[in-house]
Amino acid sequence: MTKTELLVGPFNRVEGDLEVRLEIADGAVQAAYANSPLFRGFEIMLQGRDPRDALTLTPRICGICSISQSAAAAAALADAAGVKPTEQGALAAAVLHGVENLADHTTHFALFFMPDFARAAYEGRGWHAEVRERFLATKGSSARALVEARARLMHITGTLGGKWPHTLAIQPAGVTKAPDARDRVRIMSAVRGFRRFLDSDFFGAPVEEFAALKAPSDLAAWNTGSAGLFLRIAEDLNLDAVGQGPRRYLSYGAYPLASGRTTKAGIWRDGEVRPLDPAAIAEHLSSVWMLGEKAHPFDGMTLPDEDMDPSSYSWCKAPRLSGESAEVGALARGVVDGVPLLAALAEEGGVRARIVGRLHEIARTQLWLEEWAQALDPEARFMGDFELPSRGDGTGLVEAARGSLGHWVRIEGGRIANYQIIAPTTWNFSPRDENSQPGPLEAALAGAPVEDGATEPIMVQHIVRSFDPCMVCTVH
Amino acid sequence: MNLLWLQSAGCGGCTMSLLCAEDPNAFEALEDVGYDILWHPALSEATGAEVSGLLDRIRAGSVKLDVLCVEGSILTGPKGTGRFQMLSGTGRPMLDWTRDLAAVAETVIAVGSCAAFGGITAAGGNPAGAIGLQYSGSSVGGLMAADFRSKSGLPVVNVAGCPTHPAWVIETLMLLADGKLPADALDSFNRPRFYSDHLVHHACPKNEFYEYKASATRLSEIGCMMEHLGCVGTQAVGDCNIRPWNGEGSCTRAGYPCIACTSPDFEEPQLSFTETPKIAGIPVGLPSDMPKAWFMALASLSKAATPERIGKNAHSDRIVVSPKPRRERR
Repeated sequence: MTKTELLVGPFNRVEGDLEVRLEIADGAVQAAYANSPLFRGFEIMLQGRDPRDALTLTPRICGICSISQSAAAAAALADAAGVKPTEQGALAAAVLHGVENLADHTTHFALFFMPDFARAAYEGRGWHAEVRERFLATKGSSARALVEARARLMHITGTLGGKWPHTLAIQPAGVTKAPDARDRVRIMSAVRGFRRFLDSDFFGAPVEEFAALKAPSDLAAWNTGSAGLFLRIAEDLNLDAVGQGPRRYLSYGAYPLASGRTTKAGIWRDGEVRPLDPAAIAEHLSSVWMLGEKAHPFDGMTLPDEDMDPSSYSWCKAPRLSGESAEVGALARGVVDGVPLLAALAEEGGVRARIVGRLHEIARTQLWLEEWAQALDPEARFMGDFELPSRGDGTGLVEAARGSLGHWVRIEGGRIANYQIIAPTTWNFSPRDENSQPGPLEAALAGAPVEDGATEPIMVQHIVRSFDPCMVCTVH
Repeated sequence: MNLLWLQSAGCGGCTMSLLCAEDPNAFEALEDVGYDILWHPALSEATGAEVSGLLDRIRAGSVKLDVLCVEGSILTGPKGTGRFQMLSGTGRPMLDWTRDLAAVAETVIAVGSCAAFGGITAAGGNPAGAIGLQYSGSSVGGLMAADFRSKSGLPVVNVAGCPTHPAWVIETLMLLADGKLPADALDSFNRPRFYSDHLVHHACPKNEFYEYKASATRLSEIGCMMEHLGCVGTQAVGDCNIRPWNGEGSCTRAGYPCIACTSPDFEEPQLSFTETPKIAGIPVGLPSDMPKAWFMALASLSKAATPERIGKNAHSDRIVVSPKPRRERR
C-alpha cells in the first residue's frame, strides 16, 4: 500500500479560505486535515470596548451570515441585561434572519454546490448537459434566475434592515425600524415573489409539496425543478453513501419568538434527541495555533501562537460537546426538530442527506416567512427598553444557515471583559482535539474515493461543499 | 477585458452585496461591457491547482490582467510575515500574491474599506496587522507604496464602503471599461467621485428633523441621530440616501446611524458607534465645512422654532402628528 499526500487548495466556493491535506492510499482518503488558513482576531478586537460595539463589529465577521451574527450579539447583550425583545421586535428580527437564511441556502445550492456537477469530468452522464445549462458557474440559467430572485427577496432587508449585509437594525430589545402598513404589504409581496422562483424553477412544484415529503423513498419520486435534478444526480453517483459525518447533530433551536423557538434545541445521538447543556461545550486547542488550555467559551481566550507551532495545523479552535464532535447545519436542525424526512436521514448522514436537509428547510423557511410577514403588526412596539449593565454574563445562541452560532460575552465595568464566538463551521471544520478525534469534515472525508493522479478529487469537492462551509466565520 | 478577483482578509460581504445588483444583475452587467472573469473565489468553477496555475501564468505575464479586484484587508502579521493569511494550496502568504499580481495589473481596485484602508479588520488594536492596498488607515502607503501607479497610471482605486453598494463596484468597472475613469475622477482618498462627492446626509429622510435639531434620544425614535446617537452622515461620503440599498433601504432609513463606513479609520469611533461624543454638551465633529459658531447659533434658533409636529415625531417610533395641509378641507 503506497501512501501519498495531497494538499487541496485554494478551495473556492466555500466563503473564505480553506486548505485540506489528504493522506491517500488504495484510491481513497485515509485521513484528512482541515486547515483554516486565515486569522483576523475579532475576539481580541472586542476586548475592552463598549459592549454595544459588538452589534457593529460582529456582523462584519461574515458577509454571508451577517444577520446571524447580529442576532447572536443582540441575544448575548439582552441576556446579560436580563431583557427580551418585544414580541413584534422578535418577529421582525426573525423575518430578517429568515430572509438571510433562505437567500444563503439557495445561493449555496445554485452558486457554490451545483457547479461541480457541470465539470468536464462528468461528461457523458445523462444529467450533465442539463446541469451545464442550468448551473455552469456564473453562466447557468438557474444560477442567474436565483441571483435575480435573491436580489428581489433582499428588498426585505432593505426595508427592515436598511441594507444587507451589515445591518445595525437588530438590537437587544427589538429592531430600530417600526414597519408601517405599507412596509408590511411590500414585505409580503417580496416573499410571494420568491415563492414564484421556488415553485417554478427550484422545486418545480409548490413548496408545500416538498415540505410534506416524509420518507427517503419519497425522494426518488421527486423529479421536478433543480431539486429533482440534484436527486437524480445523487442517485446516479450514490451521494447517499459518501461523506458520513460523526452522526451526532447539534441545534440551538432556530428563530426565538415570544412564543418560544421555532425549532427545537438539543443534541441527537444514537437515535434519540437529548436536551442540550451549553455548559458542556469546550473549545480544544491542541491542534490549533493558539496558546492556552481548552475552556468553556466564558473562560476561553484567543491568544494566537505567532510562531505557528508546526505540530498544529489550523487557526480554527475545536469545539466539543461533552468531549465529542458534533455536526451542525440544516440537516442537524431538522433531525433535532424531529422532521420525519430528516430524522430518517440521520443515520445516512452523508452528502445527499445534507443537501436534502437544506432543500427541506428552504421549503419550510418560505412557509415560515409567509406566516411571519402576515403577522407583522404595524401598530405594535418593535423596540423595548434596554439598559446596558455594568457587569454581567450573556449567552446568545442562534441558528445561522450553516448551523449553530454562539456568542458569549462577559461585561465588567461597563466594558467587554471577554467575548468568545463559536461559529457553525468552527464545529464542522474543526481540527483534531486533545484525544485526536477528528472534526466532522475530517471524519466525513475519510474513505472518499480519489481518482488516480487527481489534484482536485471530485468527491472531496462534493463532500466539503455539502457542509456549506463559511470559512470567514470559522476563525473570525 | 480580463478580471481577476481575490479575497484577502475580509468577510466576503462586498461580493455578497455585489450579487444584490439589479437591472442588470452582476453577471450581465459585467458581461455586457466586455469583462471576462478569469477567476472569482466565490463564483468560479476552477479550484485548487487549476487556480494556482492560472495565478502563476498571470504573474509571469502569459495571461493579461486588465483589472485586479481585491476584497479584504492585507494581513502583515504575525511579525511582518503575512502568515495570518496563507493562500491555501500555495504555501505563500496572500500579502505576497497580492503584491505580485498588483504589479502586473493594468488597474487595481480595492473593493471595500478593508482593501482600501484596512477597515474593520484593523479595529481594536489591529491584532492581525491589517492594512489596505495603498493606505493604512488614513495614511497613504499600505501594501503598495504611496507612489504606486498601476500600468494604467492610476493609483489603487478605492471603492470604499462596508460593504460596498453593488452599483459602486459595477459603475466603477463600467467607467473603466469605457475608458472614462481618469485620475481626476477620484477624490483625495482615491475613491470614485461619482459616489464620494455626495454625503450620506443628502436625501436622508431625517433632513427635516436635522433642520430643527429635533433629535432622537434612543434607537427606534425617528428624529435626527446626529446629536445623540453617533450619526456622522453630515460628514460621511456616499450616495446611500440618493440611491438606496436593497430596494428602498439605507442605514438612516432603517433607524440607525451612519458610521461613515466609506472613510478610513471608521472602525474606531471616539465612543460607541451609537453615541455622539460631546464636549460641554456640544457634539464634536459638526459638519466639516461650516463655521462652528454659526452652526451653534443656527441650531439654537432652529431648536427654539421647532414645530410641535416635528418635536413630537422626533421622539416617537413612527409619525404620530401628520403635516397640516396648507388649506383646510372645506
